[in-house]
Amino acid sequence: MANIISDETIDYVGILAKLELSDEEKEAAKKDMGRMLDYIDKLSELDTTGVEPMSHVFPVQNVFREDVVTNGDESEQTLVNAPGEKDNMFVVPKTFD
Amino acid sequence: MAKQYETVIGLEVHVELATKTKIFCGCSTAFGGRPNTHTCPVCTGMPGSLPVLNKQVVEYAVAVGLATNCTITQYCKFDRKNYFYPDNPQNYQISQLYLPICRNGSVEIEVAGEDGGTYTKPVRIHEIHMEEDAGKLVHDDWEDCTLVDYNRSGVPLIEIVSEPDMRSADEVIAYLEKLRLLIQYLGASDCKLQEGSMRADVNLSVREVGAEKFGTRTEMKNLNSFKAIARAIQGERERQIDLLEAGKEVIQETRRWDDNKEYSYAMRSKEDAQDYRYFPDPDLVPVYISDEWLENIRSRQPEFRTEKMKRYKEEYDIPEYDIDIITGSKHLADIFETCVALGSQPKKVSNWLMVETMRLLKEKEMEPEDIRFSPEHLSKLITLVDGKVINSSVAKEVFQVMFEEDVDPEQYVEEKGLKTVNDEGALRKVVEEVIAANPQSVEDYHNGKEKAIGFLVGQTMKAMKGKADPASVNQMLKELL
Amino acid sequence: MDILSLTAVELAKAIREGKTTAVEATQAVLDKIAAGEDTYHCYVTVEREKALKQAEEVQKKIEAGELTGPLAGVPFAIKDNMCTEGTLTTCSSKILENFVPTFSAEAVLNLEKAGAVILGKTNMDEFAMGSTTETSYYGVTKNPRNPEHVPGGSSGGSAAAVAAEECFAALGSDTGGSIRQPASYCGVVGMKPTYGTVSRYGLIAYGSSLDQIGPLTKDVTDCATVLEAITSHDPKDSTSMERKNTDFTSALVADVKGMKIGIPRDYFGEGLDPEVRDAVLAAAEVLKAQGAEVEEFDLSLVDYAIPTYYTIAAAEASSNLERFDGVKYGYRAQDAEDLHTMYKRSRSQGFGPEVKRRIMLGSFVLSSGYYDAYYLKALRVKALIKKAFDEAFAKYDVILGPVAPTTAPKLGSSLSDPIKMYLGDIYTISINLAGLPGISVPCGTDSKGLPIGMQLIGDCFQEKKLIRAAYTYEQSVK
Repeated sequence: MANIISDETIDYVGILAKLELSDEEKEAAKKDMGRMLDYIDKLSELDTTGVEPMSHVFPVQNVFREDVVTNGDESEQTLVNAPGEKDNMFVVPKTFD
Repeated sequence: MAKQYETVIGLEVHVELATKTKIFCGCSTAFGGRPNTHTCPVCTGMPGSLPVLNKQVVEYAVAVGLATNCTITQYCKFDRKNYFYPDNPQNYQISQLYLPICRNGSVEIEVAGEDGGTYTKPVRIHEIHMEEDAGKLVHDDWEDCTLVDYNRSGVPLIEIVSEPDMRSADEVIAYLEKLRLLIQYLGASDCKLQEGSMRADVNLSVREVGAEKFGTRTEMKNLNSFKAIARAIQGERERQIDLLEAGKEVIQETRRWDDNKEYSYAMRSKEDAQDYRYFPDPDLVPVYISDEWLENIRSRQPEFRTEKMKRYKEEYDIPEYDIDIITGSKHLADIFETCVALGSQPKKVSNWLMVETMRLLKEKEMEPEDIRFSPEHLSKLITLVDGKVINSSVAKEVFQVMFEEDVDPEQYVEEKGLKTVNDEGALRKVVEEVIAANPQSVEDYHNGKEKAIGFLVGQTMKAMKGKADPASVNQMLKELL
Repeated sequence: MDILSLTAVELAKAIREGKTTAVEATQAVLDKIAAGEDTYHCYVTVEREKALKQAEEVQKKIEAGELTGPLAGVPFAIKDNMCTEGTLTTCSSKILENFVPTFSAEAVLNLEKAGAVILGKTNMDEFAMGSTTETSYYGVTKNPRNPEHVPGGSSGGSAAAVAAEECFAALGSDTGGSIRQPASYCGVVGMKPTYGTVSRYGLIAYGSSLDQIGPLTKDVTDCATVLEAITSHDPKDSTSMERKNTDFTSALVADVKGMKIGIPRDYFGEGLDPEVRDAVLAAAEVLKAQGAEVEEFDLSLVDYAIPTYYTIAAAEASSNLERFDGVKYGYRAQDAEDLHTMYKRSRSQGFGPEVKRRIMLGSFVLSSGYYDAYYLKALRVKALIKKAFDEAFAKYDVILGPVAPTTAPKLGSSLSDPIKMYLGDIYTISINLAGLPGISVPCGTDSKGLPIGMQLIGDCFQEKKLIRAAYTYEQSVK
């Protein structure tokens, strides 16, 4: 396997992705990711010099809205699925001291 | 000899654009309102919702770019900036990294020098990009939790990133004032620091005078007044110099300024990797600003301050000092020009703005942008004085009410019965009564004490409840005495 | 009359002619669901009462002449990653176990406008990540052709529901083959339209640049009819295209004379089950016999499609799925003291292993230092793949090949090796990368009696060519 994923890398990606993995899951993730990256490394066989990265398949551009208010008070719908609600706001664990 | 240090400052200025709706949905950007009442699936990151760009945001961003001498990126894109925080409902912010809408600009700032004079210098602008604002977090002490309101989530922002070209707090403030005025002239934002429609993050480093390399910089956030910015710059400069003098290193980090404690602290956490994984947002298509569109925006650029000052000097007979103050606020200049267009004499309009308006602004600790009275009403007031319908002291009273409540002066004068009494018979009667009631003053007058007549005028005005023309009273007194 | 054996278009006709009603049809299909679900488990949610009520309203409108379209009164199933106002929408994930959207996906609204009755939400691979419908938090769906086998995925519930007559037609979504492959495994017709044809508004995103909603139906006529109904230019979706000539049913013509069909040699190499190969080549012969010009060619870059796809899809998914954080909706871990622990626990407990695997991969390929080498590289290869198809479509009207290398695998045999599982997408995935339309049409069964699908791929906006070829084949083998 060409790509060896370290514990640090898995921990770092866990922080980025906000995922907490058990030791067992971590080992599996290291192996899976290593194999996937080996597989993806196949792309380096291709010479892509001068090829523009293609994010959109079609050359569509300039899709706009006019600056007109179309929405009213939708707070009830906004909050209807909230796991925690107070005073018309979402409740989360405190974010600062 | 102690080492001499130079402060090197670059700014990231966020400006909330004055659009009616958010950047990617049809929700209102109006301030206030109950929490989450200006929200929809798009600006709260509901599954399945998709963004659609508000065209006006592009127009404002280009207008600001042109006003700051930027090159407009005619083919630009939006990228996602990924980070988890509850004020950011999708946990990514739609912003621009790879192809920001404006690049390579500069503005000329004018700064007061230590020798009492002023100097000018250019501040280069690295880029301007469009992005969405975050929601508001409110701390709930009662339950020790945080509450999230998404009313501001998705309000359009432009971020103006300068090069590290500033060397002092004065330069920073001159730069901010310059930007603020330009943007206000464009009508692209009201740029109020206190209300957060203009926010500045300060990137600061220090280096020994003469050094070529920049020192390690820190970024300071939470600066919501010019004074706070000045204090934060001073505080951070000293902190960094202390570190260097003690042989320590400055760490590149983001710090939060607490203006009450006049102290900043690091915002770092082990949960923040500061790795935003930017990539082009697949939900939005590129923006192409054609030459034609660009020219159209350029042709609609307003007259900026320098041109306005020049024109005022040529067209109106008002002092340069007045011109400086009036053009220093887009709102004042607008009031001035509307009144003049309505036929009021420039000199008189300028007087009202320079004397009474300035007095009341100072008294009430308001900015010119907060003025609520309409130019039509000021014009009417000037007409009332010109036509001697009211005298100047009544006019000042009326102006104060107008300033506070934007009343129609004509209507107000009518309702309150404040018109000057022009009935000569009635005036003569009152003057005769005043003369009869004040023999001592009459005697003083006859004995050559000119001042005594002033007292009698005052008494007459008082008896007339101010509704007389003081010049006419004066003349009649002289006649009767 | 056996209502359940009718196609969607036949049913609507029967309702229009007064031979049955929307209510009767809905009741019949609900009874079938009640009988079949223990075995097949096609649905996550069945909305019995709502469906019957909607059927009554639709029936009234049909009788009043307000609804006259070819789908009025037809009961549909919707994949559980499309928002449905007031109906649980889970993406087959625990993290959305209690999520009830406040709006419906544009495609669902379009169906309702056409007089469809919505029966419920079908099972899928969690967040559409998988090829077997085994990654669902709510249990596996079984293949109605043989319940020991998977129905394919990720739209496995939709394909199985059509095959099991637990609906008359269904909507699925296709990011790398998620409509076409389960259609092939279950022996139904499935189509992924050109990117931008059907609005993505209300589709819970997996890979936004690849996702597209499409029909799963009993035959090609239903497929064209449903596609016509759900196609619209939606100003709420910036990637929605303003298309002309979307009267897809006009292409239901049994005639392929002069049609140029290319068969990519690269699609018939190693790894392809010989029974599948033979069935697909036999189907090509049928079209040739009908007057099509069929020839082999080299498509190139086929081996690069999967790594390209997994890089792009995982990257987009890692960002698209960040919003599931326990703050605004869905599952929230209850025991977390601080914010970041709440995020981590909610997501770690809420997502299944395959979803986590792709989120981790996606976060990695976008992370500092790897973006250029992985993500941008994949976007460059995507451009090359698109170019390869452009060159092919300069010569051919339609490309013909298999949908999947094998027929439906046995339950529980696929998930252990992700790479092997991903290889199953080899013939479908590049179509998504290039934004092209593709249709899966049943073309026989293998020796175990499991269905085999033929895939027809068209150039952008050329769905009509696909429909014409598919319809011609279907009529020829009837």
